[in-house]
Amino acid sequence: MKPVPFDYARPGDVGSALKLAGDRGAAKFIAGGQSLGPMLNLRLVQPQLLIDITAIDDLKRVEAGKDTLFIGSCITHADIEDRRIPDVTNGVLPSVAAGIAYRAVRNRGTIGGSIAHADPAADWISVLSALGAQAVIRSAGGTRRLAVAEFIIGVFQTQLDDGEILTGVEVPRHSPVSRWGYYKLCRKTGEFAHAIGAYHDDRDRNVCRAVIGAAGGAPIVMADKRRLFGDKEPAASALDETYVRHAMTAAGLGDVIEQTVRVAALRRAVAQAVAA
Amino acid sequence: MRGRGQFVGDLRFAGMQDVAFVRSPIAHGHIKAVEAPDKYRTFVFSAADLSGVKPIRAVSALRGFKPSVQHCLAADKVRFVGEPVAMCVAPTRAVAEDIAASVALNIEELPAIHDMLAARTSPPALVHEQWGDNVFLETFVDTNFEKALNAPIRVTRQIKTSRQCMAPIEGRGAVALWDTRLEQLTLYSACQMPHIVRTGLAECLGLDEAQVRVIAPDVGGGFGYKGILLTEEVCISWLAMKRGHPVRWLEDRREHLTAGANCREHYYSITGYADRDGTLLGIDCEAVVDSGAYSSYPFSACLEAAQIASILPGPYDFPSYRCRTWSVATNKCPILPYRGVARTGVCFAIELVLDAIAREAGVEPHVVRNKILVKPEQMPFTNITKKWFDSGDYPEALRRAVDAIGIDKVRARQKKCEADGRLIGVGLAIYCEQSSHGTSVYHGWGIPMVPGFEQATARLTPDGGLELRVGVHSHGQGLETTLAQVAHEILGIDVAKIKVVHGDTAMTPYSTGTWGSRCMVMAGGAVSVACKEIASRAAKIGAQFLQAEAKDIVVKGGAVVGPNGSVPLSEIARTWYLKPQNLPPGVDMGGMEATIGYRPAPDTGTFSYAAHAALVAVDSEVGDVEILDYVIVEDGGKLVNPMIVDGQIFGGLAQGIGTALYEEMPFDAAGQPLASTFADYLLPGPTEVPTPRVGHMETLAPHTEFGVKGIGEGGAIAPPAAITNAVNDALRSFGAELLISPITPRRVLEAIAAARGAA
Repeated sequence: MKPVPFDYARPGDVGSALKLAGDRGAAKFIAGGQSLGPMLNLRLVQPQLLIDITAIDDLKRVEAGKDTLFIGSCITHADIEDRRIPDVTNGVLPSVAAGIAYRAVRNRGTIGGSIAHADPAADWISVLSALGAQAVIRSAGGTRRLAVAEFIIGVFQTQLDDGEILTGVEVPRHSPVSRWGYYKLCRKTGEFAHAIGAYHDDRDRNVCRAVIGAAGGAPIVMADKRRLFGDKEPAASALDETYVRHAMTAAGLGDVIEQTVRVAALRRAVAQAVAA
Repeated sequence: MRGRGQFVGDLRFAGMQDVAFVRSPIAHGHIKAVEAPDKYRTFVFSAADLSGVKPIRAVSALRGFKPSVQHCLAADKVRFVGEPVAMCVAPTRAVAEDIAASVALNIEELPAIHDMLAARTSPPALVHEQWGDNVFLETFVDTNFEKALNAPIRVTRQIKTSRQCMAPIEGRGAVALWDTRLEQLTLYSACQMPHIVRTGLAECLGLDEAQVRVIAPDVGGGFGYKGILLTEEVCISWLAMKRGHPVRWLEDRREHLTAGANCREHYYSITGYADRDGTLLGIDCEAVVDSGAYSSYPFSACLEAAQIASILPGPYDFPSYRCRTWSVATNKCPILPYRGVARTGVCFAIELVLDAIAREAGVEPHVVRNKILVKPEQMPFTNITKKWFDSGDYPEALRRAVDAIGIDKVRARQKKCEADGRLIGVGLAIYCEQSSHGTSVYHGWGIPMVPGFEQATARLTPDGGLELRVGVHSHGQGLETTLAQVAHEILGIDVAKIKVVHGDTAMTPYSTGTWGSRCMVMAGGAVSVACKEIASRAAKIGAQFLQAEAKDIVVKGGAVVGPNGSVPLSEIARTWYLKPQNLPPGVDMGGMEATIGYRPAPDTGTFSYAAHAALVAVDSEVGDVEILDYVIVEDGGKLVNPMIVDGQIFGGLAQGIGTALYEEMPFDAAGQPLASTFADYLLPGPTEVPTPRVGHMETLAPHTEFGVKGIGEGGAIAPPAAITNAVNDALRSFGAELLISPITPRRVLEAIAAARGAA
């Protein structure tokens, strides 16, 4: 379990990183390396050049605006868990970060790396989809933004093109009445989830969003309150199971038992949110 | 933990190079070609290169046994994914892996035999064509079986334990060196039985045994995984001899998981016959074990299945029994005996059936067990398969476990709903563990390794210290401590001055090594008798110094003590070695060093036992199982070191929980193992293993030194049964029943869905 031979570069700015990536065919960005490291050792990834982006200050930038918080890609889970960066989510992000894998992983693993890697079972892609966060993508041509829910398109698949780098995410600022619930099922502490339910609503911003995660592909986002709860107020008992199952079937997850555990996870997430 | 261990991976030798193996990517096929690019050709070796190397043949004289021939690098066929096909050597492992990646294999694929039941009844192919079928061995016993047939209660179950991968923290690994001065091969290996590895290695390489030295340095856990001669060890030894420089191979985690999923896979079709009140009248069982492709050296293929027939009755006394077993060859890596060996499987099978009988009879599971447990007044007891239980009070262990788990409180609590909506259940399992069994048990197997008199050398040093040399190996068992304690018990020498030497064939007496929970009984017994011999010799010398009669002399507190004074053992030792002019006449010329063999009589083994009780909560909506409480009441006879015994129990429990809830290597229809990292192959971690409440009983073994019994494996035997019975108790309202390990969330939900569908 040793990687193939590769070159290593550690540029100091995004432009240089993009240029390096453009010059070499098989280049790969590495931030915390918590997923890429093992994949290199298993030779599942065989780059010619590894571009370490952790020396790029711009990617460690955090900026709280009026409506959003920008979190640079190289911010670690532990930075968020320990509240070394500001929070605009009434504690959602720190609480999710604290439940990612193990502390050793959180110390090095980054929010940008997790999203760009797009492991269906990872926390951030589901959580940020539920929060309506935007992925911020830079290329030589400029910057574009995409909802995280659209950025992820499948297993380890994103909309990131060659010549692009994910510089960070923009998370909407919650109103004081926003509510949140997150329930993930893991076989053991620190393991990847085998089912995720996330629920977020914010009446002041007219947001109601449910997400089924660890579903074998991109997170399944359901953002229509009427479809989720009909005419009722959001509550676990009001969740329209048929609709949720239908959404999963439409997303390619047809197995009844797999659907059952995810419905349960989502129902529990809703219960958490409305109980808080 | 000081980070000063010296494991195989820590060893450095000048000029050492690393090996990476090219392993078969497919489960079954004919090898047509193994080709390396020209630039690497001299660094790549395949079966054709291994001239003079004999294949591994681990035979048995059991009637009907079919031996397998395992080439150290696959020669004509590959028979499991991960089987070594070529060996690549380079200055670093990374470069060796680059070379390995460049080797092209042309293998003509054959149908893979991945299902042990189909392998026997409707095989798509034969693992070993010359056999005519895929069965290593079939066994059959029948004792008054037909008398049970009219029993009013009859429950039949199909029970399965999944294939697992033993997971010692340190993987396998070895370094081979050829010493041209001594014309000797030295193999450093992370192994449990250096002497057996030496014998097997010499045979495969055609060397005199004196030309082979095997050293097992610090070893990070074994559990059976390191209890064989590895094909990789033979290969790198050959390479070190051929190339003249040290050669190293360290197993990596992917090799470990894909090429080493080698234990626990049993299938039982079992029927329990009982009276209306739940009294067991008979057991009828057909058991199949997936033995994998080969029998490993010294012996592995039939160990489990053949044992199933003799140990399935467990600690119980019942009149009728029939059991047929098959050791089946498949396209998987060879099965090896993992901690508990077949006992974990048979305990799972019979304990699940007893609970099914209890449900059928409408009585408590402990009541059903109590009716048939062998009673203390029956001891020593010869059971239905002629096992000779030496001692113990099994019903008392069960009673204590049932009390401790609080069965009445649990039943009351079950009548009310849990606040969180989960269902709770209680489960029991009780077993007895034959260990340290010796010559009389194993000679009948006709295998390359029969344990005999276990020897230890005790040697007083000139400064009054003591060296103990033993052929068993300590890799987590704490023998450095416990054997010193035994010597201290006899000689009274401070344990800080006692050095236990083990793990080197050049420095220790021959031994079959560490397996079968045998070390404390066998090596401990040997240390005891060797120290007694030293004591007796020292007493003779000391008596003359003290001018006392031999009958008035005792050895205690590190001295020879007479009626009117004492002489320290250190002074006697110094006299023997450095001032022999002061020795009295007529001393034993063996001096202050004695190698003595030990074997209990009878040598049919000690029987430790334990009752386990688990309280679990099941989340029936998502299938999660949480262990709320776990009780173990065990009897290991005299405990030499209770803290080490507790450590063995805790560690065994962790592995038992792994079997019960987490560990499984799935294979697809092509024989591909599907878990290649620890993200897929789940091991329990600290948060998944509760601290058990352990109670100790002490019934001395009647025929061992100090009354000790072997206890090393017990902790891993009962947890799958106890936990599964608890889950089934929790799911009783659904009528759902789990009959397979591990209990995954999906299996829980499937069982509930099946029960609902059936209702």
